[in-house]
Order: sequence, then C-alpha cells, then structure tokens
Amino acid sequence: MIDLLEKHRPIMERHDMALSFGADAVGLVNDRILSPTRAIIGGREVILAGTNNYMGITFEEDCIEAGCRALREYGTGTTGSRIANGTYAMHRQLERELADFLGRRHCIVFSTGYQANLGMIAGLAGPRDTVFLDADSHASIYDGCALSGARLSRFRHNDPESLARRLSRHDPEEGGRLVVLEGIYSMFGDRAPLDEFIDVKRQYGFQLLLDEAHSFGVLGEHGRGLADEAGLEDEVDFVVGTFSKSLGAIGGFGAGDHPLFEALRWAAKPYMFTASASPASIATSICAVQKLAAEPWRRERLMENSRLLHEGFRGLGLDLACDEVSPVIAVKCADEISTLAMWNALLEAGVYVNIALPPGTPQGAHLLRCSVSAAHTRDDIERIIELFGQVVAQGAPGANA
Amino acid sequence: MSITRDEILQRLMELLEPFNKEGKTLTPDMEISAELNLDSAMVMDFIMEVEDGFDIDIPLNVLSETRTMNDLARVVEERVR
Repeated sequence: MIDLLEKHRPIMERHDMALSFGADAVGLVNDRILSPTRAIIGGREVILAGTNNYMGITFEEDCIEAGCRALREYGTGTTGSRIANGTYAMHRQLERELADFLGRRHCIVFSTGYQANLGMIAGLAGPRDTVFLDADSHASIYDGCALSGARLSRFRHNDPESLARRLSRHDPEEGGRLVVLEGIYSMFGDRAPLDEFIDVKRQYGFQLLLDEAHSFGVLGEHGRGLADEAGLEDEVDFVVGTFSKSLGAIGGFGAGDHPLFEALRWAAKPYMFTASASPASIATSICAVQKLAAEPWRRERLMENSRLLHEGFRGLGLDLACDEVSPVIAVKCADEISTLAMWNALLEAGVYVNIALPPGTPQGAHLLRCSVSAAHTRDDIERIIELFGQVVAQGAPGANA
Repeated sequence: MSITRDEILQRLMELLEPFNKEGKTLTPDMEISAELNLDSAMVMDFIMEVEDGFDIDIPLNVLSETRTMNDLARVVEERVR
C-alpha cells in the first residue's frame, strides 16, 4: 500500500530545515496583537510590516463596536449557507454598500476572498469555455480555474501580446472566454497594464474579471482599485475583492453589472456549500467600507508611506521586485538559506515581514515581502529601512551599505 | 510538410535545457518534473516556452497526464498541423 502522506516528506524536511534558523517562518505565532502595526511575538514587541492591513483599520473603535453589537444581537455564527438560513439583513446591506462603493449594479458576498475567486471563476466559466489567466495569478485563481473545468490557457505575466497570441489561436465559436487579471500582484506588487489589455479586449472580445484583492481601497481616486486608477471601470466586466486586507475582516466579494449576475448565487458552489460569514465579520466590514469612502486620507497616507519605504530601500541598493511604488514592496534575495537567515534576523531586530519562497513566487524568486499600512508612522517606516539596512543590505549584491 | 516526432523531441530537449539546472542527461523517457526536480510553477513556465516555440496551445488541463518528454511530444504532435 502506498502511504498517501509519504509524498509530502520533502515538505516536512524543508520545514525542519527552516526551523533550524530560529522562528517558524511559515507558521509564526503572534502572542498578542497590540495595534494594526504592533504585535508581541516570541516575547518581544515587533513592528508589523507584512500584514496586508493596508488601511490600518483593524482596531477602529466604531468598527469594533459594530462587531460587538452584531455578536450580541445576532450571535456568534449563522450556522448556514447563504442559500438556506445564512442570509441576514446585514449580508444584503453589505452587498448594497459594496455595490454603491464600486458603482456596480450587483454584488455577491462570499465567506472568504479565496472563495470569492473560486466562486466567481467557476460560476462564470464552464467546461466548454476557456479561461486565459496571467502566469503570476494567485493560487485562488488557479484553483477557481481548476474547479470550473474550463480549458486553461496561461499567458506570460503582464504581457498583453502573449494573451493576444493565445486569443488569436482560439475559435470564439468554441465557447466563452474569460480573462483574469489582478490589480496589484501580491508577491511583486506590480500592477496589470490594464489599458494595453483593454486594447486586446477590443480587438478579440472576451469577458474580463479583475481581482482587486490588493488594490481595493488602495488605488484610484475613489479607492475602487486599478480600474478606477486607470479610468477603465466600464471595460471591466467583473470585479473580485477581499475583506481581509483593506477592510480588516474576513470575507470576499464579486461584483458586476451583467443582468444575469445574480444567477451566480445558484451557480457557484463556493457560495452555496459553505456557511455565510459571521455577523461580527459582516458588521465590521460594513463599517470599514463606509470608512474607505469617508476617509480618503487613509490611501493618501498609505501611498506616502509606500513611497518612503520604496525610496529608502532603493537608497540601500536593495534588489526590489518592482520599480513602481505600491504598498507591496518585495526585496529579492539570493537563495532560501540566506532569505531564512535574514528573515529571522529582522524578526529578532524587531520587524515582521513576509517570507515568500518558490513555488509560491514568480520566477522562482526568494522574497522578503513588506506590505505597508496607512497606520505606519514615519518613524515606523524609517525604523524598517534602518533594520533592512543592517540585516539585508550588507549581504545584498550591489549594496551601498 | 509536417514535422516528425523526432524533430519535435529534439526541439523539446532544446527548450527544456534552460530548466535543466542540475545538468542531467535529457532522455525521451524521463519524467520532466520528478527527474529534473522542477516545481509546479517551473513546469508551467516550460510548457509556456513550448507553446510559444511551436505556436500551439497546450491547456494546463492536459498536464496532469503529461509526465515524460515522450508524452509531451505526443501532445505537441497532435497540435502541430
């Protein structure tokens, strides 16, 4: 008999190796969370610089109060699916608030961001259709594609020409075609060149889904994401996003204007066959969406902090994964061993960042990935730069330090 | 005039060479992922090179049944016309 878990032995060996450097880089325990930018980890207070808490919105008094009230009035969980007993008035209210915020006719709330991509992609595309996905797409997009049963065509990252070549080989009579892009790519922090992809859309015709997980709340005059920033919202057929970043909760959404959009509620299994998001999470998300609209200073502060960190890292001569400023700022490192060593040294010195390793990264990159928050102070950003100067710049090729 | 299986295999070997980081001897029967120690992302990147090299589409769906270079050559042969 073949032992099913035996194939994962290399994973355990790799994890054991990582542990030999100190803390658990891929299973770190936060003992206490003090604020959007501080935690106690291993008995020490550290600056959090890898939480995707872009708006710094996790400890807002009004959001917390709304969550507490929902807990008291609606209980700890819905114990049911959206299509059974799990739709409360607040789920519908959040959908309306999000649709208004996005300027869309329809919005569907999912229980997690991962499920939003699964449900939207598998709801839209079926076995007769083709999904064209960017090579650097998030795992939830790949998994949504697999769940859909559609034919999958992967084009080169951020390369409209590579997409056009694949579309030119595809017979439009064969089935529908869905193209999936991301506003900000989670590992390198680069944006999709949306205008160039829209040119391809006008030439070949397809329906476009844009995952704004890392750009919702962050980019654009209204904080609606990359399409808002690029002035191309009318060209985007479907928007996906998550509550776990700019809204500081958990959950996800899909939105669009299509007259049949609501049918997705009864076509997407990741929506139907799971319990709906808990009342507390929905209530804090409603409050957070309202804050996104009312407090544009958050994204202004976020972009200013991002610029500061980006410039600081450049000044250190670090090898940055993306030239353009975004709240995701990733430093490329030489290999797994040195990345693990530097990640541990940073943590000991007082800053938590994400470690990102192949195959979860583009181009087999080894990354120390920072995500900036509107809640970071200038002192926080300067301290992060200082620690990267001490720990990372010294070992980096071409470093000034 | 169509390309022969041997010519396809020859071209595939050339496209695979940049992924052969450990400098192993490439053979038609070798399992692409296991023997060259390629992770899932690297295999997909290699397939993208093959698609562009032959100007064909190899949907990701067929990869689960494509283990060896011979398997891949067959997939390419079916699509090159």
